Amino acid sequence: MKLKIILQIAWGLLKARKRQTIVAAVGVTFGITTFITLLGFMNGLNDLLDGLMMNRTPHIRLYNEITPSSTQPIDEASNHNDDYNFVHSIKPKNDRMEIRNNKPIISFLSNAPEVKGVTTRITSQVFFNIGASSIGGLINGIEVAQEKELFFFEDYMIEGNSMDLQNVPNSIVLGEILAEKLMLRIGDLVQVTAPNGERFQLKLVGLFQTGIADIDKSQSYASILTTQKILNRPNDYVTDILVKLHDVKRAPALAKYYGKLFSVETIDMNTANAQFDTGSSIRSLISYAVGITLLVIAGFGIYNILNMLIYEKMDSIAILKATGFSGQDVSRIFNTIALVIGIAGGGLGLLFGNLLCHLIHSIPFNTDALPTIKTYPIDFSTKYYVIAALFSVITTYFAGYFPSRKASKVDPVAIIRGK
Amino acid sequence: MKKTLIEAQHIGKYFYSPKKVQVLNDISFKIDEGEFVSVIGKSGCGKSTLLYILSTMDTEYEGDLKIDGVATKKKTPHELAHIRNEKIGFVFQFHYLLTEFSVIKNVMFPGIKLGKYSEEEVEHQAYERLKLLGIENEALKNSNQLSGGQKQRVAIARALINKPKIIMADEPTGNLDEGNSELVFDIFKEICAELNQTILVVTHDNDFANRTDRIIELSDGEILSDGPPLIGIG
Repeated sequence: MKLKIILQIAWGLLKARKRQTIVAAVGVTFGITTFITLLGFMNGLNDLLDGLMMNRTPHIRLYNEITPSSTQPIDEASNHNDDYNFVHSIKPKNDRMEIRNNKPIISFLSNAPEVKGVTTRITSQVFFNIGASSIGGLINGIEVAQEKELFFFEDYMIEGNSMDLQNVPNSIVLGEILAEKLMLRIGDLVQVTAPNGERFQLKLVGLFQTGIADIDKSQSYASILTTQKILNRPNDYVTDILVKLHDVKRAPALAKYYGKLFSVETIDMNTANAQFDTGSSIRSLISYAVGITLLVIAGFGIYNILNMLIYEKMDSIAILKATGFSGQDVSRIFNTIALVIGIAGGGLGLLFGNLLCHLIHSIPFNTDALPTIKTYPIDFSTKYYVIAALFSVITTYFAGYFPSRKASKVDPVAIIRGK
Repeated sequence: MKKTLIEAQHIGKYFYSPKKVQVLNDISFKIDEGEFVSVIGKSGCGKSTLLYILSTMDTEYEGDLKIDGVATKKKTPHELAHIRNEKIGFVFQFHYLLTEFSVIKNVMFPGIKLGKYSEEEVEHQAYERLKLLGIENEALKNSNQLSGGQKQRVAIARALINKPKIIMADEPTGNLDEGNSELVFDIFKEICAELNQTILVVTHDNDFANRTDRIIELSDGEILSDGPPLIGIG
């Protein structure tokens, strides 16, 4: 009942100052629209740029490095415990690149709660033959399904289907520039020479493009089974275990822990790509700062208009107070006015922001880096809409707070006597 | 015995700017139910000031004030607003309607604020008040489309909406021509007689005052005389 009358009076006062009300609301609308668009666009681009590197990068990589043993037999000799020894020119022994006993490691990681996904890889040097000459390159043996899920492999395929790697026996996917150099098209046979000198014929089922020329002109993907066959290794041969975590921030600590636990070398993404994190967080910060500034400016607009309204409506405030409305009621009326402006302006702002985002999202944008992206990227996550809505209500509330307090303190006697 | 509605005890009031001036000095009187009282005096004698203190809007004064038996001195502003809403009806010199709203809304607002009756009932009562004052045909007009006399009648209708214990009027005819003044006086007289409505009017119009039941004359912040009008002196 009481709320209704306050709404009624607030609405009446708003209607009496239509133009100013609209100007104030448009200020909020503009602020929110810009906020939504800016953040959506910025974060869309951020995700795109991060995706370029982050999507392809495992959070933790487990591998084996050929290093000389850190302990020498003489260290074990008990009768020389008190002596110093110097061994010169230590060389690593001819060790294998594989991760030994990898099955239990993989099953441990797959079941660990902090791990989102695990996949294995084999990486090896190969030669691609064209006529009499050969081009050096790299073959990555991958688990196609996991690779697709964890590292968005499909996004980089510009021709063919990545699942063919698994479905077609002895198949391969080449980097786009590499395929061009080899003058091969899908369906052709690729001649591959393994490090041990054995030659293989693989069927080209697809092309990929990462936008990084070095990769595109030298790398290729095959299924892990095919790769094991080329390298003439048993089917438990794996050189890399790649882990994606639920929480990237835990990568450095977990990398160390896994390294100790499994006695393998590990590297985490943060160490490998520290600059990416900084770049994207600063970009977000800038867009938030600009968006919030716009809203604060809109807030000042509301503040001004309410102040004006209060000066104009002194008589009405006095009469409301004289007829039994308390200061609290009066301040509620003006707060309501502010909130109505904020909610109406903010709601429209959300709508226009969304429309503008859709508009930008439809502008063509072609980049070599991500062949699947055809238009400007926009992040449509509801998070920004919630923040914008909250912020518009909060700003307008505060913009209305001081004028409302002033209105509630109007002394009716002073106004009525002053006439 | 008649019920005492307003009891002013030793009310004093100072203005502090530009310097300390005493405007009211030791004012004490009672107003009983059904009385039609006028307060007269020269400009600046403090009669309006007294009215605003009696109305509970001005709270900076010395002495005590009881309205309908309730001491108001220690009430919070919120409680005072409620007392004004429920027990006091106001009529000012310059009509003071909310120009953004229709006549009927203006009359209804204090009633809705009181919250005793549903909105439909308040609306019905508002129409009755307007009918009583002969302006029910103007109900849906915007309040600034009315003439001065009509506005003042709307203000009286609004003052009556919550069946207040007392109606306080500050120069209700000060801004009206003779015909309309006469009309307003007749309305006051009528509601006083028929509804047993207590009325307190501040006026400098001696003709008006002489036709009320009782005159309190102020001079330099003190009560000069208090009693029924002396017939023949105007």
